[in-house]
Amino acid sequence: MISHSDIIRTLEMIDHQHLDIRTITMGISLRDCADPDVRRCAEKIYDKITRCADKLVETGCQIENELGIPIVHKRISVTPAALVAEACQTEDYVPIARAMDDAAKACGVNFIGGFSALVHKGCTVGDRRLIGSIPEALAVTERVCSSVNVATTRAGINMDAVAQMGRVIKRTAELTAESGGLGCAKLVVFSNAVEDNPFMAGAFHGVGEPECVINVGVSGPGVVYHALKGVRGASFDVVAETVKKTAFQITRMGELVAQEASRRLGVPFGVVDLSLAPTPAKGDSVARILEEMGLETCGTHGTTAALALLNDAVKKGGVMASSHVGGLSGAFIPVSEDEGMIEAAAGGTLCLDKLEAMTCVCSVGLDMIAVPGDTPAETISAIIADEAAIGMVNNKTTAVRVIPVPGKTVGDNVEFGGLLGSAPVMPLHPESSAAFIARGGRIPAPLHSLRN
Amino acid sequence: MRAIVTVAGHDRVGIIAEVCSLLASLNVNILDINQTVMQEFFTMTMLVDTSAASGSFERIKKALADKGEAMALSIRIQQEDIFNAMYRI
Repeated sequence: MISHSDIIRTLEMIDHQHLDIRTITMGISLRDCADPDVRRCAEKIYDKITRCADKLVETGCQIENELGIPIVHKRISVTPAALVAEACQTEDYVPIARAMDDAAKACGVNFIGGFSALVHKGCTVGDRRLIGSIPEALAVTERVCSSVNVATTRAGINMDAVAQMGRVIKRTAELTAESGGLGCAKLVVFSNAVEDNPFMAGAFHGVGEPECVINVGVSGPGVVYHALKGVRGASFDVVAETVKKTAFQITRMGELVAQEASRRLGVPFGVVDLSLAPTPAKGDSVARILEEMGLETCGTHGTTAALALLNDAVKKGGVMASSHVGGLSGAFIPVSEDEGMIEAAAGGTLCLDKLEAMTCVCSVGLDMIAVPGDTPAETISAIIADEAAIGMVNNKTTAVRVIPVPGKTVGDNVEFGGLLGSAPVMPLHPESSAAFIARGGRIPAPLHSLRN
Repeated sequence: MRAIVTVAGHDRVGIIAEVCSLLASLNVNILDINQTVMQEFFTMTMLVDTSAASGSFERIKKALADKGEAMALSIRIQQEDIFNAMYRI
């Protein structure tokens, strides 16, 4: 029998350290739903999603019940909608988003990702229409998440798309002004987007994926934080080992849930994404882990090094615990969703420039950051370009999810509610980047993209 | 199916007797028991076999939780798999 103390320790992790499985995400291909008639296409999408994910929530709840581990979200990701809708003879793809939203509600999932386009080298007709439909789609739906990939290490950065996404983010904020620009919290601009990410808002079911697949995202910043409290003052060698061991245990649980969900649903297992995903709850913060390493406040000098160690140790610990690791895998740094980040940003220690540096070593990018509502679209585009460049040059995924909160300025606070949390509006550089963004074209791929 | 039952709370007379009687009434077989009392705080972990149980896992779970509420204790049951995953390679 497993030792008494190990059992008690696991229960403590679940009860007091926010140990949970963050999400079971079912990826569904919609490639067979294309139709010249957009209404027919929307019907096919609704039918296919509800057919495939019929038992997803029920099965997730059963596993949760039997194993006694919370599975916080059950979600769906689908083929980038631009690919599916391209055959439709219409300019407006909002009906597709509505069909996704209705299907998500029918299945009982809280988010569905994949109102997406991959335009890192250029836009097709369908990509252009989809991007044009994003602001309204996010305003009229509740559960749909959207993402656009504007750069890859192999292709370079599509600066026309970068320019357009600045305007799309602004428009999305305007159309969802009543809820603080909430639409932008469901919109991610990627560089090197991954095809099997189970986490929202950036999840989509990539073109190389099978018909239907189960991906699981684990979490556990609170468990890592508590483990590090036990080695206070020890060398970084000890810190890294402690994070690795904890990540291993968390990921083993994720693997078990993934295999079980896959078996019960009769759907192939894809990957476990071993990410430290914080929530606004106290004790579930990535920032507090960095502070536990010896930083007075997250964002001060040393933060990037601390995050680099954490991100790397999480991967090393988790990779042996799962048969297939994928997705984003690392540490997330979403400001509004992390209690410690919120406090550090509100106090002024954590600024946007430091966050940008942190994105060089974290698993994604500038995430859930509230900025003044009067920020020019070109400035948002320039932020996207900077992030895309970091991703492109460093062979990693980066992303931008910023919210230009209508009517709010630096010093104000915006409440998104629930897991999306709240965020102080952060200052940006007032100097213009407009002439830079107006150039358009493509920033060429770096030399190390030529690896063949 | 093998599962772990965990009981925790303030120590008093008869905790083991009551929990074991309940498990017997549900036809759940006890394979192993571990129990400690630290500063009047009682914890017990039991390895049980539910394959011949008279009700579903859901029902056993509810019966244990109800008993826990009545005795002011935390009583829960989880499949053994979760602990094996975390502590066995």
